[in-house]
Amino acid sequence: MYSEKRIKDGKIRALVITGSGINCEEEMAAACRFAGAHADIVHLSRIFNGEVSIHDYDLLNLPGGFSFGDDLGSAKVLANQLKVRTIASGIPFMEELQRFLADGKYIIGVCNGFQALVKMGLLPNTSGKGEQEATLTFNDSGKFEDRWVTCKALQDHPTPFLKGIDTLDLPVRHGEGRLIFRDDAVRQAVVDRKLNVLAYADREGRITHTYPYNPNGSELNCAGLCDPSGQIFGLMPHPEAYLTAYNHPDWNRRKKTGELRDEKGEGLKIFENIVGLVARCLNTTKW
Amino acid sequence: MPQTYFIQLILKDTVRDVTGERVKHSAKRYLNLNTGRVKSSRLFTVRLDVSPEEIRLFAESVLRDPVMQDVYIGTFYPAEGFARKLLIAKRPGVTDDEGISAQKALGDILNRAFSTHVQQIYTADLFYFEKPVAHKDLITLGEELLGNPLINHFEAGPVDEPVTYVPDVRMGSRAEIRTIPVNREDNELLQLSSEMLLSLNLDEMKTIRDYFNREDVRSARKKAGLNEHPTDCELEILGQTWSEHCKHKEFNALIHFRDEETGQDEIIDSLFKTYIRKSTDIIRKRFEKAGNPWLLKVFTDNAGVVRINEDSCFIWKVETHNSPSALDPYGGALTGIVGVNRDPLGTGIGGARLLFNTNVLCFGNPDHPGELLPGQLHPRRIMTGVVKGIEDGGNKSGIPTINGSVIFDNRFSGKPLVFCGTAAVMPLTYGDRPTWIKSIDPGDRIVMAGGRVGKDGIHGATFSSLEIDEHSPRSAVQIGSPITQKNMSDFMVDAARQGLIKCSTDNGAGGLSSSIGELAQISGGAEVYLDQVPLKYPGLQPWEIFVSESQERMTLVIEPDQVEKVFDLAKLYDVEVTDIGCFTGSGHLKLFYEKQPAALLDLDFLHNGVPRKHLEAVWKRPDLQEPERTEEPDIKETLLALLGSLNICSRESIIRRYDHEVKGRTVVKPLMGEEGHAPQDAGVIRLDFDSWEGIAVSNGIMPKFGDIDAYEASAGAFDEAVRQIISVGGRLPDPEDFNSPFWSVNDNFCVPDSVYDPETNPDGKYKLAQLVRMNQALFDMATTFNIPMTSGKDSMKNDFRKGKVKISVPPTVLYSMAAKIDDIRTVTTSDFKRPGDAIYLVGKTRDELGGSEFYRLLGYLGAHVPKVHKAYALNLYRLMGIAHREGFLASSHDLSDGGLAVALAECVIGGPWGAAVDVGYGDLPLIPELFSESHSRFVVSVPAINQTTFENLLGSDARFLGAVLDEPVLKISFKGEKILDVSKEEMLERWRNGLVF
Repeated sequence: MYSEKRIKDGKIRALVITGSGINCEEEMAAACRFAGAHADIVHLSRIFNGEVSIHDYDLLNLPGGFSFGDDLGSAKVLANQLKVRTIASGIPFMEELQRFLADGKYIIGVCNGFQALVKMGLLPNTSGKGEQEATLTFNDSGKFEDRWVTCKALQDHPTPFLKGIDTLDLPVRHGEGRLIFRDDAVRQAVVDRKLNVLAYADREGRITHTYPYNPNGSELNCAGLCDPSGQIFGLMPHPEAYLTAYNHPDWNRRKKTGELRDEKGEGLKIFENIVGLVARCLNTTKW
Repeated sequence: MPQTYFIQLILKDTVRDVTGERVKHSAKRYLNLNTGRVKSSRLFTVRLDVSPEEIRLFAESVLRDPVMQDVYIGTFYPAEGFARKLLIAKRPGVTDDEGISAQKALGDILNRAFSTHVQQIYTADLFYFEKPVAHKDLITLGEELLGNPLINHFEAGPVDEPVTYVPDVRMGSRAEIRTIPVNREDNELLQLSSEMLLSLNLDEMKTIRDYFNREDVRSARKKAGLNEHPTDCELEILGQTWSEHCKHKEFNALIHFRDEETGQDEIIDSLFKTYIRKSTDIIRKRFEKAGNPWLLKVFTDNAGVVRINEDSCFIWKVETHNSPSALDPYGGALTGIVGVNRDPLGTGIGGARLLFNTNVLCFGNPDHPGELLPGQLHPRRIMTGVVKGIEDGGNKSGIPTINGSVIFDNRFSGKPLVFCGTAAVMPLTYGDRPTWIKSIDPGDRIVMAGGRVGKDGIHGATFSSLEIDEHSPRSAVQIGSPITQKNMSDFMVDAARQGLIKCSTDNGAGGLSSSIGELAQISGGAEVYLDQVPLKYPGLQPWEIFVSESQERMTLVIEPDQVEKVFDLAKLYDVEVTDIGCFTGSGHLKLFYEKQPAALLDLDFLHNGVPRKHLEAVWKRPDLQEPERTEEPDIKETLLALLGSLNICSRESIIRRYDHEVKGRTVVKPLMGEEGHAPQDAGVIRLDFDSWEGIAVSNGIMPKFGDIDAYEASAGAFDEAVRQIISVGGRLPDPEDFNSPFWSVNDNFCVPDSVYDPETNPDGKYKLAQLVRMNQALFDMATTFNIPMTSGKDSMKNDFRKGKVKISVPPTVLYSMAAKIDDIRTVTTSDFKRPGDAIYLVGKTRDELGGSEFYRLLGYLGAHVPKVHKAYALNLYRLMGIAHREGFLASSHDLSDGGLAVALAECVIGGPWGAAVDVGYGDLPLIPELFSESHSRFVVSVPAINQTTFENLLGSDARFLGAVLDEPVLKISFKGEKILDVSKEEMLERWRNGLVF
């Protein structure tokens, strides 16, 4: 199921999608690289035209950006493309994704990538039918904002992406990050199945609806969702923008006072989690 | 004709309508209109051959978000409970990216290929209002708050009137090449220039007349099938190429300069050559002598190029987009930022990776209460529109906006100044070819890439709105399309690295005429087939195709055997590329339209034929006095008032709208600290993920001092930009040091009309003298610090005229600086870090309250303008460099608007701590100690362990003030006497609420 290429260099292979206005591909690839994976940045057209197959990879990254300028609503055109297009072999791309997931592989979407996963129906997907159960729309503040927030991971959640993480600081940079669920039933199912894996919190780590700690007014103060299998994880804040300690707005005080001991940024942990997990699977399984 | 379908999307009542709420709120706040509840909706008008079933599928499964929206097809929202509606559509020919994206999505769902280069789906906003708002009030709401009559079409009325408006472009005119005789009398020549909007003066028109009468020209034209009269195309090309914008005629003029103060009387042979280029030449020679040639390319390409290290070079450009932003603030600023992106992208071979954006904005008072002149937009509207344009231009392109500045002065209420800058990094070589060099050989193909050509920006802002009816496209304004450009720039980065591009340049002002006209000089000629150029809509005249300023286009030079590969790659990136001609060695620029010759111009005449201007400048120092202050102000109230004043208060409501950390490498952002409140001096960004090298970037601009002395305003602005970089830990260039870091400056002059005219501009000679003095300061500062200009721009007519009233900007120069930082982990931010650290004032305070914010608060100008003491500053900055390198400093903040008091407040505001200082042990009375804005100063904090070594290093240049406190208050004494005790909360409250929108 894995290509020979991957087996040769022994590294986990991460695919970072780009093109059509996606713009966080470089730092997303760096995140995968720092976590120990080999990362390729590939234009979506090269996947649709069959040049590159997602099955040669273990981790699929949908980075942030403004795909198609956020026209028709954030990530709407991209989600539609991924949902309805077929790849060159004639296989619908969605079937490719299903096979990818059936192989036990992982998908992460950040910001615009998260919006795409939600609008494709892959998150939270409580019904398992791949219907759109939630959406992301304009922040309550009515504007795009770049600010750092504290996020709190839910206890006992089903996704390996957040293993060992309690709270972490990350930047949000969006105008359409307010998550709303289709109806009460979906919201309840998300809560019951612990899919609202990451929530906005105050500086002490208490989950809150208060602006600007919750920067957009999301229901359940939700910053990130996973699907019931835990293989798909998406979030509005940008973990790939906190790869080194020097990204944090308070780094200089920490450094000058001796508090800064680790040059790693907190966002890197999410990528280390998943790359480490796949690596362990590889080491224990003969392909 | 294909059928027209209307599709309306509207939020379900259960979903909060943030857009509608904002419209209601703004209508009340700015127009005092009580609209009641407002509901927003989007309208898609589809004009394509698709079936009703297909439209339903598209509307319901593609356009609609099923979680939050309802959809109406062919019918409209019933609008129960609403009384009025307002349609805000786009006028014909206005960029409508969302419509194009909808076309792509329609193609996806139907699995059919629709052209995505021709507009066939149009988008509009449709608002519903609870109250029966009067028709004229709704139109005012549309024109003044929600849209712009230059680009939008408005319809207001009862809710049950259906919408029928479709903004398709209809033009009946047939393409033709006209000839225009120029053997005319002088007054007729001038009339011709004015009728054709050529903006050429009599000298220039006569030069053109003489050219077409030359025997060699006539015979060459005859051979090419052209008669002796110029074609419309030729006159337009000359008008464009010889424009002030492209030829900088005033910066290259012969200036008779008289200084009445010193009696000096001289002829300045071009400001540019005498001060700007000469200073860079001197600095270049100093570095070359030391064997450190890091200045790779200056002034000759779209942007300057400097060497970063053995692998890569740094390219950047800052320029203005003032007039377009005065007409259409959003579109003007958006085009400004997206346009300047293309400068580094099209420098040398091209395909540099864009690294960061910066911007400096000068506005009138956003709370301006007075009457507006006809055509003048309210400063608040200009500000919000410009900020939104910068936001979309940067954010949607994925380029971090890491540094900027905003200045308020009511003289910017006629024309705002909008400076936009972009930096990029390019490898030093692609394969074995140096990247910064442009080479072209005869036979190379001319390939236009990116957007299509429409009437956008033909003759820029001078186009008369009277000649436009409802189906003619707007030509005065352009709206950028960040997504078109993002695809194009991704494509260019890839193509350049594959070696497919020989060189490139951007299509900005002057369009193809400018880009091809300039490139043709390299090979010695060019031929262009205008009918090959893809158009947004039919009906453009050949000359319009050549000078149109339609955005998002690059001109690529491709070797013939690479053309196919370029086309294949472009397809992958969804970028349209077209072969429109080739370069030659003929010495001519030749244009054809459907095989008819449209132009034949001698390249040498085109580029070097423009006659020089002769201008007059007279400097006389304005007669100003220091005010006599009778009572001493309340210090606490003064400080709080300063913190809340427009030029000092927090820019957070602007800053947070810009993505300042996409790419994940921004190390010093505009606001730092745990709560993100600490304002910073220079931005710092890491170059890549594999090294700790970075760039610090700053902007220096101080027009307020120009009212006293333009020389000191310019010198002060230069010093401000330098000291901001020194403050974060930058190192001055040193010609003796082989590892000296590069510094690179963009100078941007924006001045009012400075050409003397006894009637329309009686003080023109003084204004020009101000410009001369600003340039003299540039020369003196650059050569003192060895910091070179690498690129720049001038904008010479920043006046808003209506009848006899004129609002002119103060003469303004912006210095945008970038410097290499060897290791970004060593930089220092402005906020106090730890209780107990010692606080020092570095640099000398003088009695220089002239032009200060303190005086402004009291309504004074003053006379004692801050002066830069160059040798002193140079030495001080070197010492600060050592203090940084040795790690002595816990914090550093440069002193600027508001002086020492405000700087101390800002250091406290940013962190969790406070400060107790005594400012009384200098030579001055309290007021100048606190509020004088003397240059070249810093507030630093130093941990106790470093105090002795720091004091030994700085000596008398550092004055001990006090210590960082573990409670959040600022306490200031003067010679032991307490004069101020203010909490951080109180300061923060005023500082954060000075500018909220």
